[in-house]
Amino acid sequence: MEVLKIATAGSVDDGKSTLIGRLLYDTKSLTSDKLEAIERSSKQKGYDYLDFSLATDGLVAEREQGITIDVAHIYFSTATKSYIIADTPGHVEYTRNMVTGASTSQVAIILIDARHGVIEQTYRHFFINNLLRIKDVIVAVNKMDLVDFSEERYNEIKADFQKVVEKSDYEDQQITFIPVSALKGDNVVEGSTSMNWYDGETLLQHLEKIDTKDVYNSGRTRFPVQYVIRPKTEEYHDYRGYAGKVYGGDISVGDEIVVLPSETKSKVKEIYFYDKKYETAARRSSITLTLENDVNVSRGDMIVKANELPKVDKKFTATISWMDGKQLEAGSKYILQHGVNKVLTKVSAIHNKIHPDYSGIEEGVSSLQMNDIASVSFQLNKPIFFDSFKEHRTNGAFILIDPQSNNTVGVGFID
Amino acid sequence: MTDTLQINALENEAIYIFREVAAQFKKPVLLFSGGKDSITLVRLAQKAFYPAKIPFPLMHIDTGHNFPETIEFRDRLVEELGLELIVRNVQDSIDEGKVKEESGRYSSRNMLQTTTLLDAIEEFKFDACIGGARRDEEKARAKERIFSVRDDFGQWDEKNQRPELFDMLNGEIDFGQNVRVFPISNWTELDVWTYIEREDLEIPSIYFAHKRQVFLRDGLIWSASEYVYRDEEEEVEERMVRFRTVGDMSCTAAVDSYATTISKVVEEIRDSSISERGARIDDKRSEAAMEERKQQGYF
Repeated sequence: MEVLKIATAGSVDDGKSTLIGRLLYDTKSLTSDKLEAIERSSKQKGYDYLDFSLATDGLVAEREQGITIDVAHIYFSTATKSYIIADTPGHVEYTRNMVTGASTSQVAIILIDARHGVIEQTYRHFFINNLLRIKDVIVAVNKMDLVDFSEERYNEIKADFQKVVEKSDYEDQQITFIPVSALKGDNVVEGSTSMNWYDGETLLQHLEKIDTKDVYNSGRTRFPVQYVIRPKTEEYHDYRGYAGKVYGGDISVGDEIVVLPSETKSKVKEIYFYDKKYETAARRSSITLTLENDVNVSRGDMIVKANELPKVDKKFTATISWMDGKQLEAGSKYILQHGVNKVLTKVSAIHNKIHPDYSGIEEGVSSLQMNDIASVSFQLNKPIFFDSFKEHRTNGAFILIDPQSNNTVGVGFID
Repeated sequence: MTDTLQINALENEAIYIFREVAAQFKKPVLLFSGGKDSITLVRLAQKAFYPAKIPFPLMHIDTGHNFPETIEFRDRLVEELGLELIVRNVQDSIDEGKVKEESGRYSSRNMLQTTTLLDAIEEFKFDACIGGARRDEEKARAKERIFSVRDDFGQWDEKNQRPELFDMLNGEIDFGQNVRVFPISNWTELDVWTYIEREDLEIPSIYFAHKRQVFLRDGLIWSASEYVYRDEEEEVEERMVRFRTVGDMSCTAAVDSYATTISKVVEEIRDSSISERGARIDDKRSEAAMEERKQQGYF
């Protein structure tokens, strides 16, 4: 079964939870006990409609505030695909959660309230999807029922959004507009009888059509070694298997490879998945490799094809999204985790803060606060083997860990 | 040799997580209940480390009120795969006066497991406990991370969770802390059943339809057993049932079923309209029941 991960973004009252609830309801994914709980709770609150937002709001505190404040995961499936929705909040202060949700997603849905149109928040949502290189973006113009299902209003919003798109530097991004009413169910799963002027797909029809194999940008093959398997049994006395996940491209038996950082050359001898051997492993598969020669390889090393070397350096500049209450300053030290490889790093310079609404940059910044996005240079204690994030969605990303609190405090996208 | 490996996204993700646990922690343990989710975890762990053995032990926190079929199955699986199994008993925690047995109509040992678990973590100095919880099971679990840090008291602070970006898992912890790891976070109940069918995994017999002595209470089907409190007017009858989860007998309700094979179970789940935890009596206590238990260190 194919799996498609979707990030949703919207402002507090855009009806995001209602949209997700509607998707679940119309795909018959809400079980009878959940449906009963929704009916009971809607009645208690005195609503004359079903409050689908209750299908997704998780924690008690959030239910009290009536808003979602963290990333929650929601599951539903159709005959052809399994869907995972990362429901992320849309208010200004939660850039951190949106970045997190988008980092594991392949598709994004941006919600716009038809009454309010494109607002500053919309710019931010789109900016983050751009920064994270999400290839498929769906702009759902919601609450069409509250603007009399007006085609004119929809076109106006579409034109306004196009102006945002012009600011993007990501040309391969696919943008699809859909007018919906999550509350009434128009163009979510079922089509709409109130908007005959719209002859495009419903939201679900569009999602069903997306090829899950295509959504991860392809790139050069990168195999970060996670774990070395040494059974030390009679039968596998000399066996050394390198366990890891393949990123970017395929890897095949016989491929000439280089192990980094030692720069040792070898060839792929076998590719194992559990007890079976394969000729080729596709990207994103968790496999175990053996090599022709007896090479010294350990966790954190990277196996690449001999003709596709990455950059190897102790210095680089990246766009980072800061996620911690404790501020980042020039000179601050962190653990930098790049894939499965950890090194120590020092912030050598903060170049500028980037306004996530495309309104430009701010220079002369000495520290970063939570939810800031900025261009920062790093100095490492050991070289890492990386690509630019724009060319490689996996090998160009890293996280920063505070060595005192052990928390993940930021994420970076290498220039 | 076969040609190109066909990837299964969820299986690949779980294998990746298992390898991160083995690499990032000194003393991991796999929490094993004998239920379908933990059986799935064992198969995934085998795949992650083949041809080496699974590099950590299994641990069962036994309430003493388990279905005998599950315990039998547990012991057989461990022996067949040559795994190490640690068992710690809730009864011992009761005998030592650390927890008090509940009494009355809804009494269950399910809540008492937490103390036994936290004691065992301390006894063995485990720094990572791998569990089969899934985000689709319950609202509070939907926000759980794959690596979820617990403090020295085993407590979960849902407001202060580490963001998890891309595939990168941050396992940095202080001495005394531990991490709960959920490799099948993103699987649904149906995904688990489909996997069990595809991998042809053996599961305890109570997952299949069988005749059983049961009684009805609050619209749920309860097992008639010495471990489950029953009023005199609650009449026992024989019914064709199966279980969707195999928790403690006092907190696991059965569902009417004629599914005697795995493919029929999969079919029933596909069509079913009662969610899995809907048959868990412990969640019915209040709408926020699971969240409160999790904050205290429950799995």
